[in-house]
Amino acid sequence: MQPNLTHLRQLEAESIHIIREVAASFERPVMLYSIGKDSSVLLHLARKAFYPAPPPFPLMHVDTTWKFREMIEFRDKVAAEYGFDLIVHINQDGVDQGIGPFSHGSSMHTDVMKTESLKQALNKYKFDAAFGGARRDEEKARAKERVFSFRTETHRWDPKNQRPELWDIYNARINKGESIRAFPISNWTELDIWQYIYLEQIPIVPLYYSAKRPVVERDGTLIMVDDDRMPLNPGEKPEMKSVRFRTLGCYPLTGAVESEAATLPDIIQEMLLTRSSERQGRMIDHDQAGSMEKKKQEGYF
Amino acid sequence: MAHQSDLIADDILGYLKSQEEKSLLRFITCGSVDDGKSTLIGRLLWDSKLIFEDQLAALEADSRKVGTQGGEIDFALLLDGLQAEREQGITIDVAYRFFSTDKRKFIVADTPGHEQYTRNMATGASTADVAVILIDARKGILTQTRRHSFITSLLGIKHVVLAVNKMDLIDYDQTKFDAIVADYHTFAKDLGYRSIAAIPLSALRGDNMIEASANTPWYDGPTLLSHLETVQVEQDAIEKPFRLPVQWVNRPNLDFRGFSGTISSGTVKPGDEIIVTASGQTSKVKDIVTFDGNLEEAIAGQAVTLTLEDEIDISRGDILAASDAKPDFADQFEARIIWMHEDQLLPGRPYLIKMGAQVTNAQISELKYKVNVNTLEHMAGKTLELNEVGIANISSDKALAFDPYDENRHSGRFIIIDRFTNATVGAGMVNHSLRRATNIKWQEMDINKGARAYQKGQKSAILWFTGLSGAGKSTVANLVEKKLHAMGKHTYTLDGDNVRHGLNKDLGFSDADRVENIRRVGETAKLFVDAGVITLVSFISPFKSERQLARSLVEKDEFIEVFIDTPLEVCEQRDVKGLYKKARAGEIANFTGIDSPYERPENAEIVVSTADQSAEKAAEAIVAKLEEFGVLGAWYPDI
Repeated sequence: MQPNLTHLRQLEAESIHIIREVAASFERPVMLYSIGKDSSVLLHLARKAFYPAPPPFPLMHVDTTWKFREMIEFRDKVAAEYGFDLIVHINQDGVDQGIGPFSHGSSMHTDVMKTESLKQALNKYKFDAAFGGARRDEEKARAKERVFSFRTETHRWDPKNQRPELWDIYNARINKGESIRAFPISNWTELDIWQYIYLEQIPIVPLYYSAKRPVVERDGTLIMVDDDRMPLNPGEKPEMKSVRFRTLGCYPLTGAVESEAATLPDIIQEMLLTRSSERQGRMIDHDQAGSMEKKKQEGYF
Repeated sequence: MAHQSDLIADDILGYLKSQEEKSLLRFITCGSVDDGKSTLIGRLLWDSKLIFEDQLAALEADSRKVGTQGGEIDFALLLDGLQAEREQGITIDVAYRFFSTDKRKFIVADTPGHEQYTRNMATGASTADVAVILIDARKGILTQTRRHSFITSLLGIKHVVLAVNKMDLIDYDQTKFDAIVADYHTFAKDLGYRSIAAIPLSALRGDNMIEASANTPWYDGPTLLSHLETVQVEQDAIEKPFRLPVQWVNRPNLDFRGFSGTISSGTVKPGDEIIVTASGQTSKVKDIVTFDGNLEEAIAGQAVTLTLEDEIDISRGDILAASDAKPDFADQFEARIIWMHEDQLLPGRPYLIKMGAQVTNAQISELKYKVNVNTLEHMAGKTLELNEVGIANISSDKALAFDPYDENRHSGRFIIIDRFTNATVGAGMVNHSLRRATNIKWQEMDINKGARAYQKGQKSAILWFTGLSGAGKSTVANLVEKKLHAMGKHTYTLDGDNVRHGLNKDLGFSDADRVENIRRVGETAKLFVDAGVITLVSFISPFKSERQLARSLVEKDEFIEVFIDTPLEVCEQRDVKGLYKKARAGEIANFTGIDSPYERPENAEIVVSTADQSAEKAAEAIVAKLEEFGVLGAWYPDI
């Protein structure tokens, strides 16, 4: 008997199938690129799906203007190297109103600069399908998300009224103005992602690796002082610590962990031996119980 | 221990190497909250160390607040996703959970056990290779056990774990356990399972979950986790004939033309002869192209791109197959159907069928019988309601390529989509193609439609009069026919009421019967068109999709929809037949415009009203339009 495919090869094939299906079924697909490790895997899978041709859709980054500087550098380098058509969208209204995480809090900032901004961009370019790198294992509300997740004309998600999804057959029918969000790596876990990055040697933002970085501790969370927009409280002084990030977002909203893990095997080892789940570093989940579900209904990924 | 902590700590590179050979198992758990299903999954997640400290903290807090275990950890709370469900304490949809051990990664489809959610269980079972069916040891085999077993077998699952839970509550009694297992074997003998593994468990206490329990010395089988780690599921797909449904034609430049898709069964090597099922064209595989280099061989489950030796016409939806073992190719087939929508299935109504990358219009031509999912009894029926299962004949506009689902689980499966709401309304699995699809050929006649119409100096067409009862359809149609007759044209009128006295006298006024009514009238009108006759059809025909069906039966310019757009108030005021009064009094049910909807035509070729002009004027306007459309002039067909 011939050997079966390993779990990573099965996951890879499933994701490629989904990516091809979206490209074949929609007029204007776009791949949302968040620069994080999941996005890096998604991008890699998209290149595999259409090889030797380049992927037949652009990449889009919704920039809140508060991302780590190293993320932006990495983004531009990756797009140039792989020949992707990169769209960067910033909510100019939000910028004009001076919306930011320090002045307006995480909830308002995320709402205006991320959720609203994403809707703006989707409307502006009339995209009818948007790939996202969300995984079902990230959070309870995501465990029930479909691979093809239908959105109304106003980008709303209705968890009570989702289309049943059987086998690998996805219903791609929409009316004008409606869209779908497609999640090709739905069935991957954090461990799968890391193992795959290791196996395939996929480049990721250096912030995932430990290095000496200037941080301050606030409410038990280590926040990196990435630029001079960060107001320091009286007596607060950035300290150089060996830290890394398990998840990447806006720098004021992303907690670092103290770590010496400087290589991929170190990171995977640390992940398996410590016991703290990855979204803990993301503050938007902690605002209120069930907050992710609420955000999803409003159009956040 | 689920993960080898020592190896991770001491030799991470060695650990990572060992992980590269890990396999994947997808399973579904069936049972209700009362059976301890959430506790069982929660414990598997817990024991495979995939509950992190922060999640544990949240779980402990929740357990104290809303838990059902008296402050002890309530594993069930790990699983419920949506806020409303958490409060109600029920799961209402399919949720996917993940855990892994050193041997396998697991994807668990967690589905509810309530009757109204057959839809969700079918969804979860569609991608699963194993079903874990929970039984409360105190209660034994219940109706829901039968239902769960039937649905999983319907979806082609071949391996079952009978998880006899709550053994602690019957004092780990072997006799009771054996009796339950014997009962189940008797019941399940016709469900086509290849293996049934019965395990005595207590998910709450952890007996035989991960480690063998001291409480069941009489049991020498594997624990639940060790069974899931080792159960051999089908490698069958690899041994079946080669199939690759083409998803995408990859054409970056003039020198490269590749066909991309996931191999659904079999294996392929360069040099293998393949056939394109629809066209019958053959060629040989040149290269198997991937990002990681060309392959010597590719197997079922891999997503690849093939190039061929010859330039043949292939597009998305085609199936590339081993040339010596072609799939069936038919436009009529029998399938089992699970209905998944509140709007009932209507035989005769055109739906979209999506089978892999093949999409076509299709109709359920005949519902043969329904199956009671609780008793497995067959019942007669004309429609399927939400969560009902039936066996039906389907006829599609285009022929589809497939293997029967029971022969190849990666083929012969489809979803049914409503053409207007775009909802996924059902799912189906092909039993077999129907012989008549391949044996009944169209009889080509020497004297054809064009010849017949030419002889009459006209172009044959259907004038489809639609509108509310009392709108004036029959009156206007009658006047139009008189005028055409006077002009020497050959006409015939199919009137709604008249047809119901004969051809359609077996039909009532339910939605299903209305659809069948229109289908028969449409087919009859089509024969008249073929005879070269201008055919006037006067029917309320309230549903857009049925008018669309009638339209689709004839050529594009042969169908002329005439919308008699008289407002409801005017029709009700006229009430020529006294029907509105009866409907308002509740003496007639399903009366269009009163308690049954009329879907207004959006793109009718001709729209007239009889509210603001006489029927005579309306008829004149229609005849003028027919002149304009060229229906009344002689035309010169290719004869």
